[in-house]
Amino acid sequence: MKMTGAQILCESMVREGVEVIFGILGGAVLPLYDTLPQYPQLRHILVRHEQGAAHAADGYARATGKVGVCMATSGPGATNLVTGIANAHLDSSPMVAITGQVARPFIGKDAFQEVDITGITLPITKHNYLVLDAGSIARTVKEAFHLARSGRPGPVLIDIPRDVFIEEAEFHYPSKVDLPSYKPTLQGHPAQIKKAAKLINEARQPTIIAGRGVIISRAYAELKHLAETAQIPVITTLLGIGCFPESHILSFGMLGMHGMAYANMAVSAADVIIAIGMRFDDRATAKVSGFAPNAHVIHIDIDPTEIGKNVRVDVPIVGDVKVVLEELNKLITPAEHIAWVKQLDDWRKEHPSTVIRDSEGLLPQFVIRKIYEVTKGEAIIATGVGQNQMWAAQHYWYDKPNSLISSGGLGTMGFGLPASIGIKIGCPDNTVWCVDGDGGFQMTIQELATIAQEKVAVKIAIINNGYLGMVRQWQELFYGKRYVATPLSGPDYVKIAEAYGIPGLRVKHKEEVVPAIEQAMAEQGPFLIDFVVEPEENIYPMVPPGASLSEVMEEPEPKVLSDSAKLPTSNI
Amino acid sequence: MATTKHTLVALVEDKPGVLNRMASLFRRRGFNIESIAVGHSEIPHLSRMTIVVDGTTTMVEQVRKQLDKVIDVVRVSDITSDNLIARELALIKVKATSSTRNEIMQIVDIFRANIVDVGSDSVTVEVTGDKEKVDSLFNLLRGFGIKELTRTGRIAMPRGVSSPLRVEKESHKTRAKRQKA
Repeated sequence: MKMTGAQILCESMVREGVEVIFGILGGAVLPLYDTLPQYPQLRHILVRHEQGAAHAADGYARATGKVGVCMATSGPGATNLVTGIANAHLDSSPMVAITGQVARPFIGKDAFQEVDITGITLPITKHNYLVLDAGSIARTVKEAFHLARSGRPGPVLIDIPRDVFIEEAEFHYPSKVDLPSYKPTLQGHPAQIKKAAKLINEARQPTIIAGRGVIISRAYAELKHLAETAQIPVITTLLGIGCFPESHILSFGMLGMHGMAYANMAVSAADVIIAIGMRFDDRATAKVSGFAPNAHVIHIDIDPTEIGKNVRVDVPIVGDVKVVLEELNKLITPAEHIAWVKQLDDWRKEHPSTVIRDSEGLLPQFVIRKIYEVTKGEAIIATGVGQNQMWAAQHYWYDKPNSLISSGGLGTMGFGLPASIGIKIGCPDNTVWCVDGDGGFQMTIQELATIAQEKVAVKIAIINNGYLGMVRQWQELFYGKRYVATPLSGPDYVKIAEAYGIPGLRVKHKEEVVPAIEQAMAEQGPFLIDFVVEPEENIYPMVPPGASLSEVMEEPEPKVLSDSAKLPTSNI
Repeated sequence: MATTKHTLVALVEDKPGVLNRMASLFRRRGFNIESIAVGHSEIPHLSRMTIVVDGTTTMVEQVRKQLDKVIDVVRVSDITSDNLIARELALIKVKATSSTRNEIMQIVDIFRANIVDVGSDSVTVEVTGDKEKVDSLFNLLRGFGIKELTRTGRIAMPRGVSSPLRVEKESHKTRAKRQKA
């Protein structure tokens, strides 16, 4: 059956199970948008800037595990996607980005709104395509979705010239992908798994570091089985948060620059590290030469390039986390490690890391804790980047996978709001909170219009300290308190929200926090709260740049337990 | 750690942009390539590349894995430790007068190289061999004055019947047929 290129693209996306597309149209994709109404299964969400489209698709992908789709026109539309694509690439988020290109006769002529987007996105996509005839669209879409979601997921870009959307071709959707050069290794090498099991069975102070790979592979049960069978403490990376319930007795928080002191101490003292689906990012390892100095390292990851890239590895296992753990678990002998777990518990008691001190003023940690309490820990939290992100990671407890969605690798300020749109659209039954700083919020503030137009019921908490707070903290600690370019003014966020048709509140005092959050939750639609917090509050613990994980800086002032500061876990 | 020269051989899809994908990778990750040579392979739609990289074993293994990750790359092998045949071709344009021409021809003869062009004040020499042979001929000719030099970079394959990259030849052939149909 003959169809236009635009119809073939839409048909193919329907076959791939696409339900929602985030995008903005323009000249080069006009024929495609003209075709969209023929496919009511494909819901289009008009964003206000293409970066928002990419982040929304990314948020949707992480929350649902499906491939997120974003769409933009040629030239500036395509370049505006770039930050969002890079963000998805670094955090292994499955995404397909579709861009229009100038018509074939104009390619290479510096035509109006022409840009070499396949060239530009070469290093930030898993793969990309420039489709030069309508007959290739179906095969390309099939490959693109397969690449985006399989192996180590990532973004794939398809660039389609304007005239290819109009060109007619026979539609035939391939049943299988034909990519002989692409075969991710799923099964771990049995000899390596045996070696790993031996190390684990003989370990006295084993520690698991679990990353986003566990979530991508949905290996929650296998991870839990491993941890419980051999009584191994589980520490996660930022993006691994939620892959193991944080209220579990063997959960010991997040490691890294702003990880829990006890988590960093555990990694530093471990004799065997079982790194699962993580990539030893520098924010997680701190100084590499000081990372887990006493440990044999077992590294399980589907991407062979991650093995031995940053940290020396004793037992590398390339494979899908779930498949490898299933095999590994068969060889693990039950153990107790009572002394080791007790040691970690003592460290947690001595260095609790998540206690909120008593304060007259409104502390950001307190705000996050109250959101946790009011939502009963059941919300999905999307964050910005910086202090707000770290407070959200530390002071909310995540028991379910994908309940914290955050920009890890790229650290993209402005991710929070558009991501929360994608999350809420993907998971309409969940409560979704966007926690962002006033700096990051202003970077994608225009998406309030998308929220209003599409009636996306996200709840927004601005942690407003009037600074680019994380950078200010570095200036305070390492640049002699010279606050260059960090003081930040902003609009009246409540009025801004109101102007967009979104109700909002400003909160300046502790006692107003809970009623405001409750009011936001009671509201059917979106709601914004501007929390005006202590301006110079710092995020602790902190491993200073260049230091080892064991050199944790803790909050300098004496801590007093405020009545709200209850540890979520029932410690031994 | 000491760096050594490694020879990598890659079988890649013959598609536009493949070289760009690989070159971009070298630049982005700061890998140092000594030479790169590309041409058709015995399998339709696939090209074979020989890449010479300078680095430590760990670094070169990272290069190999990163290249292998590129979707259009079918397979990459480090054949440095194999018993391999490696050749490179060079064209050398040397200054030549009536008094030096004979001497140049003798040297060229000894190296079993060829003179492929003669001008009024120069001769052009074609030489094939391993890097050392090309280097030593070049050094001998240097005294006469070099006007121009161009080298292809190394191409290499393991000796004997079993090549590490003879993979999925059949599937590629059938695919080529299907694409034609």
